[in-house]
Formats: sequence, structure tokens, C-alpha cells
Amino acid sequence: MSGGHPPPAQPGLHKFRKLNMRIFAKVPNINFMAQRKTGLWVSSLLSVGVLLLLLFRSLNFGIDFTGGVLVEVVYPQTVELDAVRQDLGAGGYANAIVQYFGGSNDVLIRLAPEDKSNSAAISSKVLQALGAEQKGVQLRRIEFVGPQVGDELTVNGSLAMLFAFIGIALYIMFRFEWKFAVGAIAALIHDALMVLGFLSLFQVEFDLTTLAAILALIGYSNNETIVIFDRVRENLINQRKGTIYEVVNLSVNQTLLRSVITHVTTLLVCTALYLLGGPSVHSFAISMIVGVIVATYSSIYVSTGLAIVLGVSREDLLPPKEKEIDEMP
Amino acid sequence: MQPYATWKYVVLILVMLLGAVYAAPNLYGEDPAVQITRVSGDPLPADFGELVGKTLTAEGITPALSELESQQWIVRLGDETAQLKTADALKRELGNDYVVALNLASKTPTWLRKLGAKPMTLGLDLRGGVHFLLEVDIDDVKKKAVERYLNDLPAFLRKEDIRYVGRHQSADAVLLDFAEADKLDAARKALAREYPELALNVPTATPLTLEARMSDQEAKRIVDFAVKQNLTTLRNRVNQLGVAEPLVQRQGQNRIVVQLPGVQDTTRVKDLLGATATLEYRAVDDGDANGAAATGVVPVGTELFYTRNGHRPVLLKKDVIAAGSQLTDAQSTVDQDGSPAVSVTLDGGAAKKMFEFTEKNVGKPMAVLFKEREVVTNYNAKGEPIREHRDVEEVISIATIRGVFGKRFQTTGLQSKEAYDLAVLLRSGALAAPVDIVEERTVGPSLGADNIRRGFQAAVLGLTLVMVFMIVYYRVFGFFAIAALVLNIVLIIAGLSILQATLTMPGIAGMVLTMGIAVDANVLIYERIREELRDGETPHAAIEAGYDRAFLTIADANVTVLIGTVVLFALGAGPVKGFAITLALGILTSQFTAIVGSRSLAYLVFAKRKLKDLPIW
Repeated sequence: MSGGHPPPAQPGLHKFRKLNMRIFAKVPNINFMAQRKTGLWVSSLLSVGVLLLLLFRSLNFGIDFTGGVLVEVVYPQTVELDAVRQDLGAGGYANAIVQYFGGSNDVLIRLAPEDKSNSAAISSKVLQALGAEQKGVQLRRIEFVGPQVGDELTVNGSLAMLFAFIGIALYIMFRFEWKFAVGAIAALIHDALMVLGFLSLFQVEFDLTTLAAILALIGYSNNETIVIFDRVRENLINQRKGTIYEVVNLSVNQTLLRSVITHVTTLLVCTALYLLGGPSVHSFAISMIVGVIVATYSSIYVSTGLAIVLGVSREDLLPPKEKEIDEMP
Repeated sequence: MQPYATWKYVVLILVMLLGAVYAAPNLYGEDPAVQITRVSGDPLPADFGELVGKTLTAEGITPALSELESQQWIVRLGDETAQLKTADALKRELGNDYVVALNLASKTPTWLRKLGAKPMTLGLDLRGGVHFLLEVDIDDVKKKAVERYLNDLPAFLRKEDIRYVGRHQSADAVLLDFAEADKLDAARKALAREYPELALNVPTATPLTLEARMSDQEAKRIVDFAVKQNLTTLRNRVNQLGVAEPLVQRQGQNRIVVQLPGVQDTTRVKDLLGATATLEYRAVDDGDANGAAATGVVPVGTELFYTRNGHRPVLLKKDVIAAGSQLTDAQSTVDQDGSPAVSVTLDGGAAKKMFEFTEKNVGKPMAVLFKEREVVTNYNAKGEPIREHRDVEEVISIATIRGVFGKRFQTTGLQSKEAYDLAVLLRSGALAAPVDIVEERTVGPSLGADNIRRGFQAAVLGLTLVMVFMIVYYRVFGFFAIAALVLNIVLIIAGLSILQATLTMPGIAGMVLTMGIAVDANVLIYERIREELRDGETPHAAIEAGYDRAFLTIADANVTVLIGTVVLFALGAGPVKGFAITLALGILTSQFTAIVGSRSLAYLVFAKRKLKDLPIW
């Protein structure tokens, strides 16, 4: 962070007039940290709530994780789901879940995982049962995931989240300090939990792409925290007045506008994905949208708030050299 | 304000040019094409072009272009109807020695191709096709190996004249009981000599029992062999399917990925993947094979076959010396003289029979007969395709017996490619370990096309929204950010094309997401500039400070997103890997475009002007 620009010599009055023309011309002065304890309490309660929700309602796992067979077909004209169920029943798949997918001629058929013996042949048999060839039914996709592959993905997915947390924590400890790392990780877990809670509450399908969204989100949400921490450090170095509490409040206020704007752009693209990207990226877009909104809150109250509660101090952040200079006069 | 260093502009322009060149092939679109290769993998004959030309003329098809492109013959056609007609005609004309596949050939001009520029490959979710994940049954492989030892070890001890009183099998070991300790010791020594791959020990509870277990190394080797064997078999079969750019690849210890772009008929693929092959070692009869082939009268006790190479008739005795299921290993190696050879290992039963046979037949020829049951597509009188099972029986090797051998022997006198091919064939004819399909993903062509359309539309809408927002909010600086963003997208596409990474639907989502995240760097910078202005800095100083101070923050923030993508990449299942690559690439390039790119523009526009204020809200 290089500095050293000569201070401006502009007349104060002129500056004032000019700047007033800007939107959000002033740094907002909201005392965010005043509610830090309330914020932490609310977040903790919400997290517990989500955990209970996950425990009792669970996630609507897609076949990527559960294993099973999924067949999507398009009929040449509108089709009644009962007719499809009848065809399937006659073919020996009475317990198939049949639903419309996007339109009344687009049908999604799901079958629970069976024992692994020859389950790959199921998809072919389903098409046969539907009378695909005679009725001009067009195959859109078949997905078959063996139970063992699904189980592995569940394990690997959980591990992936864990490694992402650890990697980010190490990086923040290296760049900042452990109290901040704790705050950042708490915020990440908080964000991931809130998104999972949302997905569970509305029973949005959780597939591999959703997991990808959550992992991307973990990196992205941390973005916020880092920007605030960076500013806290800078302000601590530059301003020797003010308590840590005031410096943090100032930093949050200074970066607030930037957070809002970035989130607006990210929300814009995610909305575009949600509206036009088609069903295969729905859960991805939804998770991102929820995550981005939650991340704004958590970067202020969870990560920064927790760092303060943990007692982060001026000395924690100042590089040793600068500290010597500070103490010299 | 210092002008921005010239070399930075030079770097920026170079990067822009490189990006444009390598992203360009994606703009040219594709021709429907027919792609022809040889099943054997050999180069095409010199006069192949004439043959193709004649066939096409006979059918009244005029190709747009028909030429050799990187060892494949590519016939480019105007439309899909002509493509199908051409493929059918060529399949009929060329027979089963050639792979005739439908493909889409990029229209990238030659000068670009010479620079190594190629379009991105599309994932199966975008172009349609099937994906199978197959798993080799390791437990079965190990169980069979133990069963083989259960026969082999006692047979060996009998030959060595060491008496045992009982044999049985525990989970993964062979147990041999002896009456006396010195018999056990003798057996242990003899077995250690003959079967170095076995770990031998005596359980303390039963001092008269010898436990023989495959060493971990040996267990790993047989699993490896089984997987490799399946790989080669699958590759051979996939070749017969006539698929352009098939992928047959090992994944992890015991899994095989098969990806067939463009294939829809999964039933047929499953049939083919499940086809069985075997082989037989048989004695060559010295009767008149040519005469038998001409008259159709075959001497008693023999059968007439043809060689795979050259289609020469051969008479083989009906008696089978060793069958594929008894072959435990086949490797191409070099013999003592350093010339290419194939070394073969048989199990106990076959080794005994081979020993007895070679003892009496030194100097006489012995042949390997390869049998495969495959599904082929033929055409009836109306030109409609009919799927039929066909039994292929071909002689793949004839060699003179040079000495008496049993368990292990070598076939020599081969060229190195011949040795390699023979080993591959022997392996694919050996008893294949059972394979299960553990994952299948089929995407129909209409869904693939829909996905591309949706992804494109979402990207355009996302880009437009971000553009409008940035320009309304930041005015001139918004334009800089948008210019940087567009360059970023070009660089992502160029990067994906250079890496030949696969573009998937989640990959497109990653690209769209990058648009949102990449402007973050510019937002950080611009907000900083506004702050500096607020604090009373001059516009020039504010620009400089904004860019300088935001750099590290942006880098820090990007690193954490990268950590997430790296983990995601390591988790790596197909489409999600595409997402990770796209996002990672987008973040790396954004660090360049958002900072260097937009800064260059800002300096270009503002450095030489006198400014009272900046047009930034």
C-alpha cells in the first residue's frame, strides 16, 4: 500500500460545493458496532435454528448425492401425468415420481436407487415402458448415479467444504491475525449455514452445482470480510487517534457503499442466470443470491463483530516496524 | 500525475491481441463433417482420397472439402442431410476396418490453426452425448486370483513331491495344512522360489498351516492389470461405434470414464460395452488350408479360420490348449536379445496342458484364435440399418514352438508395434474382470442446444445489466470498467481455448458470475477514488491513490475466491470442474484487466487534462 501523495491545496469552500453534487457524498456514519452483540446473538440463534432445520427437514438432495435414476422426456404434445404414471406402472415402475419440468409436455421421472445389480439398464427399460418409440417421445436426458458414487460425493463434498474453510482461515491468519481469522471463518460458516437453511426451508434441490455455488460463495463472502479488515488495518496505521471500536466503525462505514455496489452487480448477474439460465442452474443462482445478501450482513456483524468481541487490538495488526515508528515520538 | 509507463501499454496491447487471436476460433462456427480413421490406428492408405472421392461421386454428393487433417480424413459437407448420407455411403463402402463418425469440424481458417488456435470443446451437457462411469469389480478380481492359487499351489507341491494334507481358502489367502514341520518348511522354500509375489507365513495358532497371501504389491498389480485390460477392450469397442472424439480414460484406482459426444442410443452403447471377447491357443494343422478354403472341405478334427492381418486361411486343430480365462497376464516386453516380444503367463491348469503339448510339438506352429461377439450395424436392401450380433473369429498370431514351456512363455520375432498390438489383443481376450456401470449421464441434443441458448442469453442479459448499472453509476469510469470486463471475457474464452478446457453449463454460470465479481475490483478502485476526492485530494492524485491502494485489497479478496475454486477443482466431477476452471481463470484475468486495463484507459483519458473534478459520482 503505497502512499505519499502531496496533500491537496484546494480551497475548502470550492470543495464543499462540488462534492455536494455527488450521490452518497458523505461517508455514512452509522454506529454498526453498537449492535454487535445483538447481531451476534441473532446470528447464533439463526444458526441454531438452521441446524435444527437441517436435522429435522434435511436437504432435498438430488440424485448426485442420493443415487438413483432420473429421466427427462419431451412428448410431442401436452401429456397427463397420470397417463405417464400408468405407462410406468405397467412397466413395473409404479413408485416412480413423475412431475412436469418446465412445461406440460416436458416430464421428469425419478426412481429411487435400487441394489446395484444392473441398475444402469433401468433407464432403457423406463424408455421402453413409456413407449418412447411409438409415441414420438424425445429423450432429453438420463442421469443414473450408483449409490456408491453418491455416497462418495457426499463425503468428498463435505471434505471440500472443510478444506475450503481451512485454506481460507490459514490465508487470513497469514495476512491478518488469528482473531480476524476466527471472525472470518465464523462468517463463512454462518453464510454457508444460512444458504443451506434457505435451501432446506424451501426444499430447493441440492445437487453438485449447488455445492459448487456454496463453495464459490464461501470465497466470495469472505471477499467482504477481507475488504473491511484491510481497511481496519489501514486506518489503524494511519490514524493513531480513536479506539479500536471507533476505527472499526469508521472502516465499516467507509467500505459500506462499495459492498452495496458490488453486491448489486453480483445480484444482477445472478438474477440474469436465474431468469434465463434454465432449470439446470436454478438452484445455483438461488444459492448465490441468498448467499450474497447474507454475506453483506455477516461481513459486518459476524466477522468484524466477533473480532471485536474477541478483543482485537491495535497491536495485533500493526506490523512490527511501523510499531517502532509509532513509539518513537 | 505520472503518465502510465509505455511498456504497460505495450503489454496490454499484446495481451489484447493474443486474447483476440486465441478466442477467435470460437466465432467461426462448425461444418457438419464425416471423420474417418482406421480401426487399427494405422495411417490411412495413400490413395484413400481417391477412394472417398469415388464413393461420393457415385452417391452424387459434392463435399465442401475432403482432405487429410491431422491423420484423420475429414469430409466437410454443406448440411446435415448430406452428412448422414455421406456417412452411410462411406460406412457401406469401407466396411468394418474403418471408423466412420459424424463430427462437427471447426471452420477456423488455416492461419489461425497454424498458430495453434482452436475453439473450446463443449461439454456433454452442451452438445449432447453419453457419459458412463464404469467400475471394475476389484473384489472379484482378487477372489479369482485366490481361487487360481488354490489350484496352482497344490499342483506345484505335487510336482515338487512335497506332501500336504489339506488345502482351503480363507477370505483372501490360501491355507495349506501339512503333517510335519519339515514338510512345511520345504514347501515354504519351494513356494517362495516359484511364487515370489506371495507372502508366506505360519499363523501362531496353527503351526502346521502355511498361509499364502498375495503381497500388497501383487494385489495392486492384478487390479491394475484388470483395469488396463478393460480399458483396452473398451477402447477397441468404442472405436467400432463410430464416434468422433470418444474419451475412454481411467479414473482413480478402479474406474473408467467413457464419454461419447453426440451418441444418443445408450442401449446400443451398453450392449457394446458388455460384449465379450475370449481367445484360444490351438495347434496349427499342417493340412492344405488354401485347398480347404477353396473347396470348403475341412479335414476331420480341424476348423478353418482366417488371419486378422492379410486374411490368409489357416487350419486349426479343434482341441483347445489354453483359453482366455486361463491367461493371467500378457505384456509386451523385449526378450534377451533386446527384440520386441510378448510375455504371457498362464494359470496352473493351462500351464500343465501347455507343458504336455509343447513337450511333444517342438518345432511345430501354434496359433492364437481371437473370438469376439460384437454388435454390428449392417444395412438391408432398403438401406435401413439393422443391428446384429456378429461373432468374429480371427487368428491373431501364429508362432513356432521353440522349446518346452508351461506357465510363462514369450512370443518373439515381432515388430515392436506388432508386439504391442498382440499384447493388447491377448489382454482383451483374457477373462475380463466384471464391470459395473456406476454412473450414466445422457444428454439429448435438444437439451444441449437449449443449454447453450440459455447460457448465452443469461450471459448477455447479465453483461447488459452490469454495463447499464456501471455506466449510469460511474459514467466515464463505468465505460473503463466495462471495457475491462469485455476484455476479461475475451481472455477467459481465449484461456479456455488454449487450455482446451471443456465448457459446461456450470462453466457458463461461472463466466456469468465472474462478470459480477470482476467489476468488484473496479468498484473498489472507484469508491476509493471518490473517497480520496472527498478527503480533498486533487483528481489526479485521487486516481493514482485509488488504483494504488486498492491493489492489495483486490489481490487478497481474489485469493480467497481462488482457494474455493481450487478445492472445487480437486473435488472435480466433470461439469463442476468446468465451473472451477472458468471461475479461477476469470478471477486471475480480472486481476489484470480490472487493474492494468482500466487504469491504462483512465490515464489515457485523464493524465494530460487539467481537472477540477472527476466525472465520477
